[in-house]
Amino acid sequence: MNDAAKLHIESLSKTYAGDGHVVTAIDRIDLAIQNREFATILGPSGCGKSTLLRIVAGLAKPTEGTVWLDGRAIDGPGRDRGMVFQTYTLFPWLTVRENIQFGLAVSGVDRVRQEQIAQEFVGKVGLKGFETAFPKALSGGMKQRVAIARALANNPAILLLDEPFGALDAQTRSLMQELLTQIWEELHITILFVTHDVEEAIFLSDRVFVMTARPGRIKAEIEVPLERPRSYEIKTSETFLRLKQRALALIREEAIKATQHQDTE
Amino acid sequence: MPPKREPSLLRRWTAADLVMPREPIPAGLYLVLSVGCFAVLLLLWSILTYGKFIDPLFLPTPGRVFQAGVDLFVEFGFIFDILNSTYRVLLGFVIAAILGVPLGLLMGTFKMAEAVIEPIMGFIRYMPASAFIPLFILWLGIGDVQKVAIIFVGSFFQLVLMIAVVAKSVPKDMLETAYTLGAGRVQVIRKVLLPASLPGMVDTLRIIIGWAWTYIVVAELVASSSGIGYMIISAQRMLRTASIIFGILTIGVLGLLTDYGFKWLYRKLFPWVD
Repeated sequence: MNDAAKLHIESLSKTYAGDGHVVTAIDRIDLAIQNREFATILGPSGCGKSTLLRIVAGLAKPTEGTVWLDGRAIDGPGRDRGMVFQTYTLFPWLTVRENIQFGLAVSGVDRVRQEQIAQEFVGKVGLKGFETAFPKALSGGMKQRVAIARALANNPAILLLDEPFGALDAQTRSLMQELLTQIWEELHITILFVTHDVEEAIFLSDRVFVMTARPGRIKAEIEVPLERPRSYEIKTSETFLRLKQRALALIREEAIKATQHQDTE
Repeated sequence: MPPKREPSLLRRWTAADLVMPREPIPAGLYLVLSVGCFAVLLLLWSILTYGKFIDPLFLPTPGRVFQAGVDLFVEFGFIFDILNSTYRVLLGFVIAAILGVPLGLLMGTFKMAEAVIEPIMGFIRYMPASAFIPLFILWLGIGDVQKVAIIFVGSFFQLVLMIAVVAKSVPKDMLETAYTLGAGRVQVIRKVLLPASLPGMVDTLRIIIGWAWTYIVVAELVASSSGIGYMIISAQRMLRTASIIFGILTIGVLGLLTDYGFKWLYRKLFPWVD
C-alpha cells in the first residue's frame, strides 16, 4: 500500500447480474497512481477498463473495494475528477466558451473569472477564434479539444479520459495525442487514461497498466522511460518500439482469450 | 465541415444523380416538383369539373369553390368562424401543453413518475377523442368548454408520452459529463436536461397542434353554433358542396400556416441544432 499515492484503487471488483449468471467486469484491482503521473490502462475491448474509470469518476458503484483520491474515499461524481468521454458530449446549445465555462458556472465562480479561465484554456487547446462557435460547426477532433479544455478548466485533482480519441481518424488522433502530451507537460496534472491502442498508451504515459480480458485484472505494469518533451518522432525510436512490442504481445494474448471466450458463449 | 455542394447551375446533374437514394437534388427542381404537385392536382380537378365529368353537386369547379369562399367571407362572416375555431384550438392546445409538458418531462426524467404516469396515459390515448363528445356534452354542455375539452383530450395524452420520449432521448453521457463537472441533480435537470430537450419539445408541440386542428372539426360538427366545423355541417344540410370544400381547404391552410410558424420559431430559437 502506498499512502502517498494521489489515486489509490483498493481491491476493486464489479460484478453485474447477466441473464442467469454473474458477470465479473473487474476483479480485485489494486492500483496506485502517483501525483502528477500520466498513467494509462491498456486493455482489449470488453475488459472492464471503462468500468474501472467510471467507478473512479463516481458514475458507477463498485461491488467491492474502495477508490481513494488524496486520501478521501470516492462516493459519487465530483468536480475533482474531470472526465472526457469517447462520445462527443459537448452541450450543443452552448458555444465553445460556454461549454468550457460550464463547470465553473455550476460551482458559482464569478462571470469575469469564468471568462478568463475559459479564454486561457481555449488558447491551450488551440481553438482561438472558435470561442463563439457552436459544437455543430466543429470537427470531431475540435470537439474533443473543447471537452478536454472543459474538464481542465475545473482544475480537477485528476483528469480521467475514456478512449477520448477512439472515434477520430488516425491522423487527427495522432495530433490529439501530441496536444495532450503538450498540455500534460505544461500543467503537469495527474491523468488516468484508458485505451486499447498500444501505441497511444506508450506515447502518452509514464506508466502503462495492461489489463486482462474479462474478468479484468491488472496483468502487467510497463514503465515508459522515454524522455520528455515527447514528439511523434519518438514513435520510431528503438526504446519505443521495444516497449510497443512488449505491450503488443501482452495485449494480443488477452485479445485472443477474449475472442475464444466470446466464441464459446 | 463537409464541403458545400456546388451551385446547381455549375454542376452537371445526370439522370442517375437525381434518383440516388437520399442524395440532394437541385434546389430549383425541388421547388418545381413541390409546386407542380399542387398544380397537377388543381389541373385534374379542373378537367374533371369544367369538363363536366362529375356532377357539380359532388364536386364543384375550382371557380365555384373560390366564389363560395368569397361569399362566406362577405355575406356569412366566415372570419368569425375561423377566429372561433382558432380560439378553441389554441386554448385546448395551450392547456394541454401547460399541463402536459411538465408531466412529460417528469415522466421522461424519473422512473417513479414513469411508473405512475405511463400506463394510464398509454391506456387513455387509445380512446378516440371523438368518442368523448357525447360524454362531454353531458358533462359540459355544448359551449366552448366542451369543444376545448375535446381538443384537450385529443392532444394531452399523446403530448405527455411524446415529451417523455424527448426527455428520455437526451444522451446519458451528457448528463454524466455534467455530474463530473460538478453539477448537482437539480443543476443537471435545469442546465442540461431542459435545454437539451427544448428543440424536441417545440417539434412535438408543432405536431400536436396539427392534430388539434383536425379535432376542432370533429368537435364542431356536433352540437355547435359557430366555427369552421359548424359552417361545414350547415353547408352540407343546404347541399352547398363548394362551401364544404372551401371549409376543408381553410383548415388545411391554417394547419400549414401554424406548421410553418413553428418551423420558423424552431430555426430562430435553436440555431445550434445540427
